[in-house]
Amino acid sequence: MTLSRFSLILWGLNALLRYCRLRHPAFAEKLKEKNFTAQMKTADNSEGRWFRFENGRITSGAGVRADAEVVLAFKNAKIAAELLTPPIDQQRQIDAIKDFKLAMHGPDELTSWFTRLILLTQTVGWKYGMAQPDGATRYTSMTNGGPVFVYVKDGKILRITPIVFDGSDPEPWTIEARGKTYTPPRKTTLAPHGQNFKSIIYAPNRCLYPMKRVDFDPNGERNPEMRGVSGYERISWDEALDIVANEIKRMKREHGPGAIASSHGSHHTWGNIGYYLSANFRFMNAIGHTEVHHNPDSWEGWYWGATHHWGYSLRVGQCENYGTVEDCLQNCDMIVFWSANPEATSGAYGAFEGTVRRQWLKDSGIKIVHIDPYYNDTAQFLGGKWIAPRPTTSPALGMALAHVWIKEDLYDKDYVATRTKGFDVWKAYLTGEEDGIPKTPEWAEQETGVPAREIRALAREWAKHRTYLGAGGWGTGHGGACRNATGIQWARVCVCLMAMQGLGKPGVNFGNLQWGTPVDFNFYFPGYAEGGMSGDMEHTAMAVQLFQRMPQLPTINTPGQKIPRMQFPEAILEGKAEGYMWDGKSIEHQFRKIVYPMPGHAKVRMLYKYGGSAIATMPDSNRWVAAYRSPNLEFVVNQSIWMEGEAQFADVILPACTNFERPDISEWAGLGGYAHHGQMQLNHRVIVFQHKCIEPLGESRSDFEIFNDICKRLGLSAYFSEGMTELDWVKRQFDGSDLPGAISWKEFIRKGYYVVPAEEEKLRAPASFRWFAEGRKKDVPEPHPLPSDYTEEFQKGLQTQSGLIEFECESLKRFDANDPERPPIVKYNPAFEGIHDPRRTKYPLQLLTPHPRYSFHTQGDGKDSFLNDIPDHRMLVNGHYYWIVRLNAKDAEVRGIRTGDLVKVHNERGAVICAARITNRLPSGIAHGYESSANYQPLGEPGRTVDIGGCLNLLSPKRSQVKQAHSMASAAALVEVEVWDGNPEHVSEAAVAAERRARAGEPVPAQ
Amino acid sequence: MEKWNLIVDVGECTNCNLCALACQDEYVGNEWPGVAAEMPKHGHRWIDIKRKERGQPPLVDVAYLPVMCQHCDDAPCMKAATGGAVTKRPDGIVIIDPVKAKGQRQIVDACPYGAVYWNEEKQLPQAWPFDAHLLDAGWKEPRAATACPTGAIRALKVEDGKMAEVRRAEGLEELDPAASTRPRVWYKNLHRFNKCFVAGTVAAIVEGADECVEGATVTLRRGETVVGEAVTDAYGDFRIDGLDPASGGYAVTVAKPGLPEKTVTVELGESVTLDLIKLQ
Repeated sequence: MTLSRFSLILWGLNALLRYCRLRHPAFAEKLKEKNFTAQMKTADNSEGRWFRFENGRITSGAGVRADAEVVLAFKNAKIAAELLTPPIDQQRQIDAIKDFKLAMHGPDELTSWFTRLILLTQTVGWKYGMAQPDGATRYTSMTNGGPVFVYVKDGKILRITPIVFDGSDPEPWTIEARGKTYTPPRKTTLAPHGQNFKSIIYAPNRCLYPMKRVDFDPNGERNPEMRGVSGYERISWDEALDIVANEIKRMKREHGPGAIASSHGSHHTWGNIGYYLSANFRFMNAIGHTEVHHNPDSWEGWYWGATHHWGYSLRVGQCENYGTVEDCLQNCDMIVFWSANPEATSGAYGAFEGTVRRQWLKDSGIKIVHIDPYYNDTAQFLGGKWIAPRPTTSPALGMALAHVWIKEDLYDKDYVATRTKGFDVWKAYLTGEEDGIPKTPEWAEQETGVPAREIRALAREWAKHRTYLGAGGWGTGHGGACRNATGIQWARVCVCLMAMQGLGKPGVNFGNLQWGTPVDFNFYFPGYAEGGMSGDMEHTAMAVQLFQRMPQLPTINTPGQKIPRMQFPEAILEGKAEGYMWDGKSIEHQFRKIVYPMPGHAKVRMLYKYGGSAIATMPDSNRWVAAYRSPNLEFVVNQSIWMEGEAQFADVILPACTNFERPDISEWAGLGGYAHHGQMQLNHRVIVFQHKCIEPLGESRSDFEIFNDICKRLGLSAYFSEGMTELDWVKRQFDGSDLPGAISWKEFIRKGYYVVPAEEEKLRAPASFRWFAEGRKKDVPEPHPLPSDYTEEFQKGLQTQSGLIEFECESLKRFDANDPERPPIVKYNPAFEGIHDPRRTKYPLQLLTPHPRYSFHTQGDGKDSFLNDIPDHRMLVNGHYYWIVRLNAKDAEVRGIRTGDLVKVHNERGAVICAARITNRLPSGIAHGYESSANYQPLGEPGRTVDIGGCLNLLSPKRSQVKQAHSMASAAALVEVEVWDGNPEHVSEAAVAAERRARAGEPVPAQ
Repeated sequence: MEKWNLIVDVGECTNCNLCALACQDEYVGNEWPGVAAEMPKHGHRWIDIKRKERGQPPLVDVAYLPVMCQHCDDAPCMKAATGGAVTKRPDGIVIIDPVKAKGQRQIVDACPYGAVYWNEEKQLPQAWPFDAHLLDAGWKEPRAATACPTGAIRALKVEDGKMAEVRRAEGLEELDPAASTRPRVWYKNLHRFNKCFVAGTVAAIVEGADECVEGATVTLRRGETVVGEAVTDAYGDFRIDGLDPASGGYAVTVAKPGLPEKTVTVELGESVTLDLIKLQ
């Protein structure tokens, strides 16, 4: 008889397995791991072949064996042949699984091993990296702060450097402006936290082994009140994974859907497959969880405020920013950096890419103004006029500018008449017609502390010149003042000011040269927010493109219950919480209320925490300390790379490895989703194969493998991994992108990176808002807003109801026209944590807590890293590296504080011991210290003693900027600073409340 | 013979610390025989960045000064060393031999720039060796230059005659000319660090409103000698830079047609931001 194609393929597979065993020692080694029989066959047993693995040897035969432990069954031989004939069509594989044409049976441990073995035949011979003359290998990787070469020798990382392009890489773009030619250097830049990476990979506080709190017994006493106090003991992976898997089952069995909460930080180590939006989401959806729903942490004011004036909900309220580098250099005469410090914040992921472009400003004749209470690093770099309003008062400054423009007839009346709506309503407020208070420079001086004459001068300069507003770190917003109590007002005022000056006309736009380079936007490579392997269409941007590009099994989280993140402690301690949605699909999605608990769902009893950043990054974070120590949380598992932050509050710790210890793939600053085309802050688009540079340290494992190992215990492994390793997923991501048309896989994994050629000059994206200013259809390559959100015709007008910039927001009128905190026009509402707060008599200093300069949130900080030696990051006093608080010389003098003194920064919410640095970069009355210390180190009982780690968010207000939002106001807090007397006691408000609740024996309602 | 030089531009340094971090990355945990023993993980700043704040709010200036081994042609450390522990390579780079220098603490003390560090554990003086091992392996420049995002640190391998031209063209200075060590590290815009300014803001009541005075002429005199002039900008601000610290008393005269002239005096220790000058 003639063999069917299926049988031939199976015969060929047998030959291939044998060949690989002889050819590749790693393959032969792998074969020694298991003894069992696998069967591949048709469903009706008419055809098949078995494979017996025993002590490293393979035997195989045609036919069907009844004793096979693993069975891979195809509906019939024709389907089997179609699915197994190379090249493998991923879509057909997925369809076959969904249509039950392909099924797998057997214990997960063996099915997973078998499918991986088959895939290993394809990958085992791959060659990675570039050999160096000294015997080292040059690999590539990606950090949150830029792509890197990684030199490895004898299994150890020697060095990490930025990437210097070679002769085969393409030439960069050039811009002609003002008689000069500008072009960026042919290399990548790297942020300090990226250059720091070697020291944190080999950090002494790496979690190297699974650990269990010594007094936690899953089958007996759990002692939750000892979290954060007791130490840990090393346990085996099997024990750790069994505890976690059993707790997952127990939660569902004893409590029901929703009892498991999933909480991750806002960032992760870079890589599209290993990212939290990828493997983590796939896993969490597979087990079902209560989502700890994020607030739009770096966007805040733009999402909850600016969105209503101009739309851009899919950019979280920040606007399009195409073509602005060219327009700015060619047409603008002045840039106002407002709460903008891109030299420190690197556009989040853009390293120093914007720096060289801002350096071009130095000889351009373009005037520069910095509005920031702190003489920030960008001001230090560029010089210019520094205006320092008191924290939280920027909206008043902006309104006074508008007032001058109205009084002196210095705005674009034609633009306001044709491209905006509702100006007269705002004008009536500004002139005092509405409330009797004209918003004059003198009025604003009282709030801001900025002399009225300077406000007038700025208003005239602004109107006289073609001016860019560089708001926040990206120039379109992000960070800074949008995160304090008046952040919503400030972002709204920014939009209104630019609307008065003709936003989109040549030289008049948002930007500070951080975004808007002329890179190629048509070359597709997925951003991390596209969800990698998550299969999650609801919580990632996968639906935009990746789902069709990289077919995969979908995942859906079945419990609909959510906890607004800032209210997580209240959800645990009081059993209830409320907030609003961060969902950018439309302007109105933010009006949807989140109520916890959701009807019919279990309250959260278990927390699966990913990393340890909450105490450093969440407001009034002694609340987290209290929540972790509550018996309401029966089980806490933390999957963490380092023992830091809140990891010390877990019952079980699963040690994850860094992205240098596992394979991945990614593009630099390739965000996708809410930061679509985020690569426009780069000088060069660089896509990197992230080599597994070294073996995972200790017993640490990749997140993917940890999830898969838990899944094996839940029968979910095949669903979670689709039978693959993360390397196979990386290849799928490559195949799903435009890379295969540009570089071979073999070359890509050898060289490690691909530079996307710059866009041809005549094909560059046009300047943002030019289409809008000129009343044309939208012509920038931005797939926003969604088609139904256009009022008149597709691509005509903005997302607002009128399609115009609305000074008076129709969306807010529809939602709650009488909301005093967020009325339809922006009004000045002094901050609750500001100069009018009565607590100021006790806590007279306004503490600014911006995004840190050297670390990336908690990443790079602590960990005994190189950053410790940067005198502006931490300061060594008495053998401990203290976080730094900066004080004006006069404020320091009256308190008897000198540089290097240990000071207690405190209010009723907590106390942090910092090293003082006296500076003239702050006016009197303002202190400055970065948020996001990686270390939380209470000097005694957590919540009742001072922290010497540096978590200044212990002191920030928990209150949402406005009640009908879920928006942090943590970037400015009222504090007192005094020389520390060495007393470790400081009882936090949160600890007292928790104690009161415990005494009462029942949840106490929120204040 | 082409030799290595380093050009450090104080006007472009932002204190990003990438040079210092790249140095730690290269030398912590790595030993480069003949060039450098391992750098301690903490406490050494072979490339250090010093700070200078000038003036008071609202008119301030902040500058940063990267300081590293100056690779002097007349190196005091070489003179202090015994047994050939410090050598000068033909390409200008000064190497503290990681074996021969053991125990020679005087090498640390000899450096007038404070750029040699004492490794307590190894009993070894250590300094930034210009990444000589990398240059020998064909790297085009030391890592600090590659890592620097602003070009504030540039490496130049040229003949000394050519370097003299570059120095003149770019106005480069020695870090501390008084040290007389013939360094191979050259500084630009050093005045941001070691000179002073007098700055101020000029205002007047115009048509009943407090206004910034733009275009006022500001003259700075010491005795009868005019030492500087400036014109106020749109915010009424002026700044006269390049003054020697602790250089004594100055008079600042502000004049603008149509407004009364005003003169204030200042005693210059460090940079001064004057109280608001009101012309009325």
